Amino acid sequence: MTIIHRFLKTPEGLAGALLLAAFVLVALAAPFFFPRDPLSIAGPALLRPFQDWSLPLGTDRLGRDVLAGIFHGARTSLAVSLAAAAASIAVGAIVGTLAGFGGGWTDEVLMRITDAFQTVPGFLLALAFVSVVGPSLGVVVAAIALSAWTGPARIARAEVLSIRERDYVASARVAGMHPLEIAFREVLPNALPPVLALASVIVAQAILVEAALSFLGLGDPNRVTWGGMIAEGRTVLRSAPFLSIVPGIALVLTVLGVYLAGEGAVETAAKRRSLA
Amino acid sequence: MTPALNIHRLSVTYRRDRQEVEALSGVDLDVGAGEKLAIIGESGSGKSTLALAIAGLLPASAKIAGRIEWPSLGRPPVNGRDIGFVFQDPSASLDPVMAVGEQIAEVARAHRGMNWRQAYALAEELLARVKLPEPAALRKAYPHQLSGGQKQRVAIAAAIAGRPGLLIADEATSALDTIVQRDIVALIRQLVDEDGTSLLFITHDIALASEIANRIAVFRNGQLVEAGATEALVASPQQAYTRLLLQAHLGLEETVR
Amino acid sequence: MNRALRLIRRRLIGAIPVLLIVIVGTFLLLETAPGDAVDAYIVSTGGDAGLIEALRQRWGLDQSPMTRLATYLWSLSHLDLGHSVTFSRPILDVILERLPNTLLLMGSATALSFGLGSALGIVAGAKPGSFRDRFLSIGSLALYAVPGFWLGLVLTVLFSVQLRWFPISGIETIASGKTGLGRALDIGRHLVLPVAALGFIYLALYLRMMRTGMAEAWRQDFVLAAKARGISLRRIVIRHVARNALLPLVTMLGLQSAQMLGGSVVIETVFSVPGLGRLAQEAVASRDTPLLLGIILVSAVLVIAINLIVDILYAFLDPRVGASEATA
Repeated sequence: MTIIHRFLKTPEGLAGALLLAAFVLVALAAPFFFPRDPLSIAGPALLRPFQDWSLPLGTDRLGRDVLAGIFHGARTSLAVSLAAAAASIAVGAIVGTLAGFGGGWTDEVLMRITDAFQTVPGFLLALAFVSVVGPSLGVVVAAIALSAWTGPARIARAEVLSIRERDYVASARVAGMHPLEIAFREVLPNALPPVLALASVIVAQAILVEAALSFLGLGDPNRVTWGGMIAEGRTVLRSAPFLSIVPGIALVLTVLGVYLAGEGAVETAAKRRSLA
Repeated sequence: MTPALNIHRLSVTYRRDRQEVEALSGVDLDVGAGEKLAIIGESGSGKSTLALAIAGLLPASAKIAGRIEWPSLGRPPVNGRDIGFVFQDPSASLDPVMAVGEQIAEVARAHRGMNWRQAYALAEELLARVKLPEPAALRKAYPHQLSGGQKQRVAIAAAIAGRPGLLIADEATSALDTIVQRDIVALIRQLVDEDGTSLLFITHDIALASEIANRIAVFRNGQLVEAGATEALVASPQQAYTRLLLQAHLGLEETVR
Repeated sequence: MNRALRLIRRRLIGAIPVLLIVIVGTFLLLETAPGDAVDAYIVSTGGDAGLIEALRQRWGLDQSPMTRLATYLWSLSHLDLGHSVTFSRPILDVILERLPNTLLLMGSATALSFGLGSALGIVAGAKPGSFRDRFLSIGSLALYAVPGFWLGLVLTVLFSVQLRWFPISGIETIASGKTGLGRALDIGRHLVLPVAALGFIYLALYLRMMRTGMAEAWRQDFVLAAKARGISLRRIVIRHVARNALLPLVTMLGLQSAQMLGGSVVIETVFSVPGLGRLAQEAVASRDTPLLLGIILVSAVLVIAINLIVDILYAFLDPRVGASEATA
């Protein structure tokens, strides 16, 4: 039985995989199903869902197609969360490896910086960063990574501390390898698995932070985002609550899919260990 | 005198890695009232399984066949009230974040209808009985503040707080160093003699067993090899395996008693 | 209790470099911001190039970055966070005015999430693998996937717009003239929905931690020993299993405070609660960067203070803390 097979056999893994597959498909299919700019006007304003089958989820205050927004919003969400998670894990792994392998003052300084980043509320930091630099996709990614790299850094450091005493590291030292080369070619790859185990949580948090930033008007103004759609709908919350509720449901399902997939992976790994 | 405990054709099987492992097979054994019975055997002989089975503490996955009867009780036994249990590792068998006095007092409260005040007073008495210094102050101490021997004394106090008719000591001294071991064995012997409690003393150490027990039962691979009065068994063992155990031990110490 | 005092001293000393790094970080962000305080001032009041030069000199903005960092540190050491252009008042005054509302919101949300979360965690963890255990774990995962601000909007639609049970926004009825208990009740009614929106999200976290911790505690020898001593199942669950599983949750309480402070930004914005988070949103909207960075600094201090309190609480709950150094 392959690992993927076993993963899909856990109820969490299967549900998570289905939700994630739907999310990725929607994100990839957006330009084919909705080639028009999702920010352009598609019909009458404030059309309720399930009234007109060419606009199944209705339209917003300006007559923009809600379903097209959901599809294109998935694109933004997917791009931002994957990029932010990759960036946080990369930065965290590098800082953690340097701290753990360097030891002494390097370790002390890097860990105090990590402490400082954990002391500042991550969302406030992201808010301040986007607000100062100006909102664009790249800046939003950087802002999220800025508040998310500390977790991977701590785990990578702990892992490196246990790995650096092992034989193959000692033999690499004897062979005269440069310390940085040992750190990044021998130690880091072995320290990576537990750091990657954090990936699902980081991706989920990144989706939520991106949504919250766009909700506050700090998303990329040239792109549709689910958070932005919710904020848009909020102005007509009394008369047309569906405008805020629909993109929120998309958000919840996506984040839930990521969490469930993470749970399934943990369970698969646990089963594998108990069988071994 | 009616025996405290009759064990009749007791078998226990565990499921481990999709395989059935028989830990005990067809064991017949009696424990007399006020008797001090030692169970000896190497690890894997099933002696700890026997102790857990008597106290009803086997995991739910274990399959049990045979009967354990309590003729003198006439009802199923209650843990703490009828059976006192002392585990091997006192560091693990005490709750690390509860004061030791409370861990003794909660047993008294559960089985002797006491309120907390009375239970704490009893806990202090018991701490004195297991020969711990300054019981009034020690009552408020936490396990990490005590030595291994002190912790085992606390665990013994908790085990006898419900005045059980049978005390089971499952390798209760093997986590301690030799000098402390002798003290704990002496304490257990004194306590059961004073209270007329039956004792099931489980150990891999035949010397310790012969020091405390009036009868010894030898276990191997889940089966009872032989049982007999301590002096007779040590002087003239019937089975080759028992002789082997004795010889292995005589090499280390000159006399067993 | 000198065990706690030693802990406090060690933590306070440890906080100094962390706070210094935060200060330098905020200073760097301030430097990155296009335009400076003078530009912001001129935009709001108007003025010619001569005034700009004079102001730059007066505020020391023509100095080198290192000198300016020193000036910044010097004024911070006098609790001077600068001047907010938007509010035309000292930043610290504006922040301190808003702080109590945020503390009230966070405190209530923490009580809700920790209290209800750990209680449900005990229910789930009392019987690992049972139906209610699986139901609560999956349910809490779903709750954890909900964005707080969206939950706030959904609660508003349900309970304020449809059912009209609770007010839509604000912290109290404006100019109601209420005092004492009446005012407290009014504030309470206003806080129900924001506290629910902020608290329910984190509830899931505590529930899951409690459940995992209890599953671990069940496997401990002292639980088997308690069974062997005939302690009632109820007491084993609460006083032994849950009591031991609670410890990591308390640590989480401190770690989570920074997260919750960040979460209060959106929740306070949704419900127009005049707190620190809403102030941050206002600072962003009006491009008042010094105010925003002042909020970050105060938040960092707040997080350090909360963690200190949590550490002391933990030391009381776990007698083993600091035991090794007491003998050393």
